[in-house]
Amino acid sequence: MPEPAAPILEARSVVFRHAGTEKAIFDGLSMAVDAGEFVGLLGPNGAGKTTFLRLLAGLASPLSGEIRLAGRSLADYRPRDRARTLACVPQESALLFDFSVLEVVLMGRAPHLGALALEGHADLEAARAALSEVGLDGLADRPLSALSSGERQRALIARALAQQPRVLLLDEPTAFLDLKHRLQIYEILKRLSTQGGLTVVAVSHDLNLAARYGSRIVVLHHGRVAADGDPATLVTPALLREVYETDAMVGRDPVTGAVYVVPRTPLSL
Amino acid sequence: MPPLTARRLVLVLAGLAAALLLAIVLCASIGSSGYTPFDLFRLNPKAALPATAGGEVEGIRADPSLAADMILRVRLPRVLIAVLAGAALAAAGVVFQGILRNPLADPYILGISGGAALGFITVSAAGFGGAVAALPLRGTAAFAGSIATVGLLVLLSRAHGRVGTDPMILNGVVLNTVYLALIMLVQTIVGTTRLHGVMLWMVGNIPVEGYGVIGGLTGVLVAGIIGLTALGRNLNLIAAGEEVARGLGVEVERTRLVAILFASLITAAVVSVTGLIGFAGLIVPHAARLLFGPDHRLLIPAAAILGGLFLLLADTAARLVLAPTELPVGVLTAICGGPFFIWLYRARRRKVAFDA
Repeated sequence: MPEPAAPILEARSVVFRHAGTEKAIFDGLSMAVDAGEFVGLLGPNGAGKTTFLRLLAGLASPLSGEIRLAGRSLADYRPRDRARTLACVPQESALLFDFSVLEVVLMGRAPHLGALALEGHADLEAARAALSEVGLDGLADRPLSALSSGERQRALIARALAQQPRVLLLDEPTAFLDLKHRLQIYEILKRLSTQGGLTVVAVSHDLNLAARYGSRIVVLHHGRVAADGDPATLVTPALLREVYETDAMVGRDPVTGAVYVVPRTPLSL
Repeated sequence: MPPLTARRLVLVLAGLAAALLLAIVLCASIGSSGYTPFDLFRLNPKAALPATAGGEVEGIRADPSLAADMILRVRLPRVLIAVLAGAALAAAGVVFQGILRNPLADPYILGISGGAALGFITVSAAGFGGAVAALPLRGTAAFAGSIATVGLLVLLSRAHGRVGTDPMILNGVVLNTVYLALIMLVQTIVGTTRLHGVMLWMVGNIPVEGYGVIGGLTGVLVAGIIGLTALGRNLNLIAAGEEVARGLGVEVERTRLVAILFASLITAAVVSVTGLIGFAGLIVPHAARLLFGPDHRLLIPAAAILGGLFLLLADTAARLVLAPTELPVGVLTAICGGPFFIWLYRARRRKVAFDA
């Protein structure tokens, strides 16, 4: 029997607290993601989703325990090497000056370039390929600031794709987007994961999207993994009461087969 | 802007350099004495006399060695210092705007130039090397003053781990005012006779220096501007967001520290020669960004050359408007730059209001 492949991204007994605070956010959190999975990282406000994503991305370091990427401890990576394996789309996206969409996507090539090298032909091709993955081919020369929020978010995903990573982390990629643009983003992520073999971990507040598109959901609660597995069986009224303190109906969409949640009332006011 | 290519980089910089060279020749030709560089090459002094001698005695004009003196010892050094000062202030402005994430940043407005001036005036007053301290010492004191000011600014303007744009401007204005008072205090204690040049430094003036000073200044500035340009791609990524830059493998803190060191160094080097020239580090970077785009790898050297051109033209105008009396160039740049700052501030506020 073949050995099961080592997980591509793994948190091992991670302990973390913010500087100057007493209470640990995570006190021995462990989780592993296999190559090609599309994980929705869920949880109520303050559960530590964003902090956990930053730890996985190497933007913060655990006090003890470790994050392992492709079989090596993240602490042993040089920042540039890490950026060639793992890309992160953070929530903050305040661009200071009027860079064009293509210039912004080309920034994703930085970890592949020597310190003084300009982007060459291969980099331009990688950037254009990334733009066409997210459906922005025609907008390459527009300033990023002229794009709609949905297009801007897709451009930032294209920048991450231009890094040609094996793992893509996203922090609430659909915050502030309307229905159509939310679905567009998740369709793109799903395609990247199933057709491109990319491993995707997306923090989300949207249970329905995560349940429909994710191959797996992980629910964080009080710094621990409260639930982890197939969304079809995991999302239950009991879980929603426990984690989100909300009374909700859980149904199944007859067309897509995905479970969906209709929240009814909060358990307390 | 299309993405940066080596071809575009070379073409833009070569074009700008050619324009600057032309301006240097032209500006060295203009002056209240009426000599032009062509007088250096005239074989027959008598034949060189144009019909209008600009109020000068014909015999003096006819002497090629006097023309050489005027042009090589007076006008050219001043022209070169104006170019160097403009280049450094513009490059420093670009970099401070980028790393402090503040489009209103300028070494003068933020008090970074003022800190440098306080540094070297204090050292001069302490009596090292006569009335005015020797340039390397002045320069070192100026560097210490500018670095300390950047540190203070970041400390004072930080709240909840973020450095605010508006608080930074306010703190800069306050620091500037305090520095001005301290400089006046030093001047009063020491007595005006020992620091007779202080007033000229406070408004920014292009002096006539020897070629030794010009050579030293050129060395420091060229090294600084090349060093900053080499950080260009990292500065681009920082402009896209600190978290983004770190995610792309940039060591943000180190990049920022090195950039601050270089930018403060070139600011201090200029201030210790010319004093406080205001707003050149604000106007030129914005103009350069409009013309050449925001990519720092092109923007830093392009803004430097454009800044040299700008300050050279401003100083030539300052020499000519009230000729034969010469105006300190800082008077002109402040008169143009103040309104520009206000316009920029209002435009930015309007944009923020729309975004919200």
